Amino acid sequence: MTELVTPSTAATPAARTKAVKARGNGAIIALGLPLVLIAAACLLAPWLGLPDPRAQDLNASQIPPAWLSGGDWSHPLGTDQLGRDVLARLLSGGVLTFVLAIAGVLAGAIPGIALGLVAGYRRGWVDVAVSRLVEAQLALPFILLAIAIIAARGRSLPVLVLVLAMVGWAQYARVIRAEAMSLREQPFILGLRFAGAPTRRIMLAHILPNVAGTVTVLATLQLGTIILAESALSFLGLGVAAPDISWGAMLSEGRDQLTSAWWIAAFPGLAITVVVLLVNLLGDALRSRFDPKKKRF
Amino acid sequence: MLRVVLGRTVSGLVTLLLAITIAFFLARGTGSPAEQILGDGATPQQIADLERHLGLDRPLLVQYVDYLGHLVTFDLGDSLRYHASNLDLITSRMPASFTLALVAMLIAVVVGIPLGILAARHEGGLIDRIASGGALLGQSMPLFWLGLMLILIFSVELGWLPAGQFNSPSSVILPALTLSTLPTAQIARLTRSSMGEVLGAGFITAAEARGIARWRITLVHAFRSASLPVVTVVGLQAGMLLSGAVTVEYVFGWPGLGTLALQAVQARDFTLVQGIVVVGATIFVLINLAVDVLYGLVDPRIREGASA
Repeated sequence: MTELVTPSTAATPAARTKAVKARGNGAIIALGLPLVLIAAACLLAPWLGLPDPRAQDLNASQIPPAWLSGGDWSHPLGTDQLGRDVLARLLSGGVLTFVLAIAGVLAGAIPGIALGLVAGYRRGWVDVAVSRLVEAQLALPFILLAIAIIAARGRSLPVLVLVLAMVGWAQYARVIRAEAMSLREQPFILGLRFAGAPTRRIMLAHILPNVAGTVTVLATLQLGTIILAESALSFLGLGVAAPDISWGAMLSEGRDQLTSAWWIAAFPGLAITVVVLLVNLLGDALRSRFDPKKKRF
Repeated sequence: MLRVVLGRTVSGLVTLLLAITIAFFLARGTGSPAEQILGDGATPQQIADLERHLGLDRPLLVQYVDYLGHLVTFDLGDSLRYHASNLDLITSRMPASFTLALVAMLIAVVVGIPLGILAARHEGGLIDRIASGGALLGQSMPLFWLGLMLILIFSVELGWLPAGQFNSPSSVILPALTLSTLPTAQIARLTRSSMGEVLGAGFITAAEARGIARWRITLVHAFRSASLPVVTVVGLQAGMLLSGAVTVEYVFGWPGLGTLALQAVQARDFTLVQGIVVVGATIFVLINLAVDVLYGLVDPRIREGASA
């Protein structure tokens, strides 16, 4: 099974690393650019000359996409049951989808990284407590936990961000803890410790920068997970609700018209899939850029 | 071995207790469920009355100890809406949830393992590419959207399969297929990487040198060694399947635990919601425990080794 490396492909290690990095950067740009363009289109939607995403027109209810019979280029992706333009809603809903995803990632990353750093570097009882908490969090089925919180707290955007943060923090804590634990035994950290550098300084100025790559990869992958989580909650009627628009909320409205107007549900789902796919590929590209050994989390 | 099992059980119980604690304080810690139950039109007097009736006016810690005390005797309280025992309501939905999870897991194992083995055997080949591409796509797609599209194609357009409901054997096909995408991708990916490692090992080269048939080496020698991590992921995914099927159940109108949870939250039935979360976490912990023990039984290194 093992194949010998043929001499022509066996470059010097340094040259190979360079080549891998160059290819990695190309992939990162190729995947990041469409994401930036999609986000820009969503943000600039009000100036693109599209119909108002909330304007109802019952005479134009359930118009199919333009390329189908009965379609019309004034509504490229058709209209929903209230005659609202699907493309305009898609772009407008994208804004809230992205904002919530980024807020959810940050709200999970900050406590997760802090706990992971402290647990991995200080060890002792803090480590035991944090590790236990992480395990317990991972044992709670996410959607059920979200339902429990929303049942008691009511539905609002801050509650939604809190719920989304619960998806992620344990992942960061677990991964960063493991990294901090191995960094702690590295000679340069040992040196700093014996030289009497304050613990907080070592953690913030020396450990944190060394886990930055991992954090970037993890946060990117989490962005995809959180977009999916938000869409699931909004689809179930537990997240974003009218008059706010997100892709999950559009799917929820489209579900009831599935048999008469499939495009209302099809396009937001397609948008989510494309964005999450790009985000996941970007995460993989970042991972091989920061960590050539391609560790899986 | 017994010591390992005992140790795992204790640590599983601690995890479960913590999980229940997190769920309890998140749900009751900062707001009043009574306001949610009564809605916007309630007067402060009504809210106070209901809080007293439900015992929500007591200090949080007292409520917590009280709740745990009931849990120990498997008492999940009574539903606010159905005026029935929460445990009975939950167990009545178990058969539907288990059926769906079981069929989905069966699909995932039957498709995922061969796919992973083939991908490992022909690394970088067509099957490998299709498998990894499919896995990535499956992970990037909202499950419920996939479910909607399957209904659109197979029920609405082609009319081949029923769009869910729990009345004929064929009605489980579409929901189970939808639910199986994530575990299939996980199992295929893990089988591939696990097989990839084993196929490079010395004993496989030795078996090849002895002239044993290739399929025999792959299936009997290599897969047996590679199957351990696969067992773990099957267990982990089974836990997720039982509890995480909420969106899929909703799409297909499947009368399982997830649908019950949604109905409970719509009816503002706050005690039932909490009961379902506790049961979901318990199932998850139990399955993990079973996997740990099974792992120990299969792998002598763990059975005899230092209890980690």
